[in-house]
Amino acid sequence: MKWIDYATPHSVREAVDVLSEAGGRARVMAGGTDLLVALRAGVYDIDLVVDGKNIPELNEITYDPTNGLTLGAAVPCYKIYGNKAVATAYPGLIDAASLIGGTQIQGRASLGGNLCNATPSADTIPPMIALKGTANIAGPNGNRQVAIEDFCTGVRQNALGSDEILVSLHLPAPVANSGANYIRFIPRNEMDIAVAGAGVSVVLDNGDIKEARVSLASVAPTPLFVQEAGDAIAGKPANDETVRIASGIARDAARPITDMRGTIEFRQHLCEVLTRRALNTAIERAKENN
Amino acid sequence: MPGKTYVQTNINGEHVDFLCEPRQSLLECLRDVIGLTGTKEGCNDGNCGACTVEMDGRIVTSCLVLGVEAEGKEITTIEGIADGSTLHPIQQSFLENAALQCGICTPGFIVASKSLLDQNPDPTEHEIRFWLANNLCRCTGYDKIIRAVQDAAVKMQEA
Repeated sequence: MKWIDYATPHSVREAVDVLSEAGGRARVMAGGTDLLVALRAGVYDIDLVVDGKNIPELNEITYDPTNGLTLGAAVPCYKIYGNKAVATAYPGLIDAASLIGGTQIQGRASLGGNLCNATPSADTIPPMIALKGTANIAGPNGNRQVAIEDFCTGVRQNALGSDEILVSLHLPAPVANSGANYIRFIPRNEMDIAVAGAGVSVVLDNGDIKEARVSLASVAPTPLFVQEAGDAIAGKPANDETVRIASGIARDAARPITDMRGTIEFRQHLCEVLTRRALNTAIERAKENN
Repeated sequence: MPGKTYVQTNINGEHVDFLCEPRQSLLECLRDVIGLTGTKEGCNDGNCGACTVEMDGRIVTSCLVLGVEAEGKEITTIEGIADGSTLHPIQQSFLENAALQCGICTPGFIVASKSLLDQNPDPTEHEIRFWLANNLCRCTGYDKIIRAVQDAAVKMQEA
């Protein structure tokens, strides 16, 4: 790894000052499980790593049934699925947080880092999109919120200015009769990068789909929010035919490439299958959540 | 060019201070600065688990931790597992079950297995396999490692 300097700000304000001074030559580190690998590979040309783990707001994990979840950007996966209230309220988020890497990676890797790293295959981004997540960003001029589906702007590119830091993620409280799920396809049982993934959420109303959201991983330059898939089934009965409609739209919305992990045709097929299965699980969960 | 950073930490129950460059991983610091060479380097990108250590009660791959992050932390490496010359039951079980061949992955497997049994004294085979999914072994085919961990779990519960 080339020479870097290392800063450990203890407040958001201090972090923003350090980032402003660095003039784009710095990156914030949470768990480091992507950043350190990328730095060794020469992906980023920076002089400074800013460790966010000493900033209280980045370590916050607060849930209440009215205001929802505030998740500090540096909270590692194991603390998310280890939190009973969070695990009960957001099983669709836990699906992703508990399958990213292995035990050691989950000891460090954070959802905030996964989001800022902004790779198409990021497992935790589609469920956060499905769950209507927002990113809380701090900069020299104060705070702003960005919807998760608008945060990634390209492969490894995000909405953050060079003097901004992702402080936390917010998910609204789950409403009654709602359910979510994230599943992915990988060629082995664990520890692999998604060939494709689907994160979905549904809200039911007397056996009908009141609202649905579908998001896909690994089939576009950024995690994909397929709004039309959810919109097309709102008001329809929660049955196989409805699920097939949404899955077909998800397949058609995918814009995958052919690479070592799969072909365009295979990934399009996966989008249909994964969306269908994830919607079926989300509907089952919604029926249990009343 | 940045200089070296002074780091104070606790390794295997003892206060340790060292100097390192901010770019050096905890793995490099353990092996090349502090001289604890039991922790092995495999892939150096978090896939293989050979460099697994425990940091503040949670296993991590030390290749994906900066040495400077060790400030104020409590770290356990493979050197901290045995009690003097008495092997830990997991180490003894690895020997008795022939759960190693070349041995490069073994320190990581033992540190990871101990962390599992500390939290979950009676894991299922499924739980053992998933907990150890971040540790790769290219020799044994894993079955002997899983049997060694199961064997150690039984012995530790009897003790």
